[in-house]
Amino acid sequence: MSAKKESLGKTIGIVVAVCLVCSVVVSGAAVGLRSIQQTNASLDKKSNILTAAGLYEQGMSADNIESVYAERVEQRFVDLESGEFTEAPGSDYDMYKAAKKTDMSTKVTNSNVGFQRRPNVASVWMVRDDAGEVSRVILPVHGSGLWDLMYGFLAVDNDGQTIRELIYYDQAETPGLGGEVQNPAWQDKWDGKKLYEDGEVAIRVKKNAKPSNPHSVDALSGATLTSNGVENTIRYWTGEQGFGEFLKKQAWRS
Amino acid sequence: MADTKEMKKALFGPILDNNPIALQVLGICSALAITTKLETALVMSLALTSVVSFSNLFISLIRNQIPSSVRIIIQMTIIASLVIVVDQILKAYSYEVSKQLSVFVGLIITNCIVMGRAEAYAMKSPPLMSLLDGIGNGLGYSFILIVIGTIKELFGFGTILGFEILPLVQNGGWYQGNGLLILPFSSFFLIGGMVWFIRTIRPEQVEPKE
Repeated sequence: MSAKKESLGKTIGIVVAVCLVCSVVVSGAAVGLRSIQQTNASLDKKSNILTAAGLYEQGMSADNIESVYAERVEQRFVDLESGEFTEAPGSDYDMYKAAKKTDMSTKVTNSNVGFQRRPNVASVWMVRDDAGEVSRVILPVHGSGLWDLMYGFLAVDNDGQTIRELIYYDQAETPGLGGEVQNPAWQDKWDGKKLYEDGEVAIRVKKNAKPSNPHSVDALSGATLTSNGVENTIRYWTGEQGFGEFLKKQAWRS
Repeated sequence: MADTKEMKKALFGPILDNNPIALQVLGICSALAITTKLETALVMSLALTSVVSFSNLFISLIRNQIPSSVRIIIQMTIIASLVIVVDQILKAYSYEVSKQLSVFVGLIITNCIVMGRAEAYAMKSPPLMSLLDGIGNGLGYSFILIVIGTIKELFGFGTILGFEILPLVQNGGWYQGNGLLILPFSSFFLIGGMVWFIRTIRPEQVEPKE
């Protein structure tokens, strides 16, 4: 290493040049590929919704997912306060972005669900059977686990009471422990559980819950905090601040 | 200019004679974690090979300009940028696999093979040789990953690249999947077995007794 390339000015110059070139390359790749990535992400979301709807089959092609989704699933918007259907507040409405704007969201009270504000209008997905009747209602739920917010879909029968699926599609829990929220064997335990008892939210996630108990789901072993997070999430979103009013009124029946 | 023999050695040497995993024992953690299915192993091999060859090429191109006081940081910047680009491409064209690989693509940044080759070879060698050395080390890594991925998927799930080879008992066949091979740590045994095998046919790789 010769002495002349160790001068301060040259070192800084090289560092700046390398950083500039690298940042141009990275941002170029990010911008250039964004539209393809968004298509993939939306397809992934649709396949998760189909899984929650019980319509997803292993190895479905992209076209297949699109066509089944278009045929059987319909996105609606719900005013969480009144529990009635409402118009989308804008095209391309994203409830998670709306939750960050003070005029479109409400403060969360009396819950340790793990976020500060919830949107006033939420997306829901109606699943129709062959006869065109609503057979399942898919509700987006999110709440904090041990490490970070976990995002999922809760599928409820058209009685607004019986759980069919709980699919987490975005979480950062410890693989093998809390990450087991995505394990199909654990997801199956939710099938048939009841949300409410005498009009109150009764669903619990607890240790050694009996499979016969309609209001409790066996917690994940080694992942108490994740299990608590799931319980807080479900109880919040099916409670009066979440979709409680919507599930009580059952607006999809009219 | 290097002659063809030397180029051949840089390209094919790392596969058996100087394998980055089996002899240099670098990059083990990703080899353990993502070899459960052959498909992820293939994509990971491709990702690592492209990162290590391009990082070697670019670092070698500017090796005479890099001030030695900040050389590691400059190497890391180049490697990190390449990894981000690879990650973005995977997300765009192979979304399912990129979800399965999750953090491991990002962790190529810290993969010792990439850093090791940049520091030990590309800083001292001309661009073409560095590129070949990068490809060669990538191939050496891929070789181990593909062998282990094949063994694990075939005997763990009874499939190769998702096609059924040994019909599983659960699906009405006769083969009982080996649960141990599905778990990441079974790669320890397999990599150990491969090191043994390679050192048996290449006895000169055995370290002298202390």
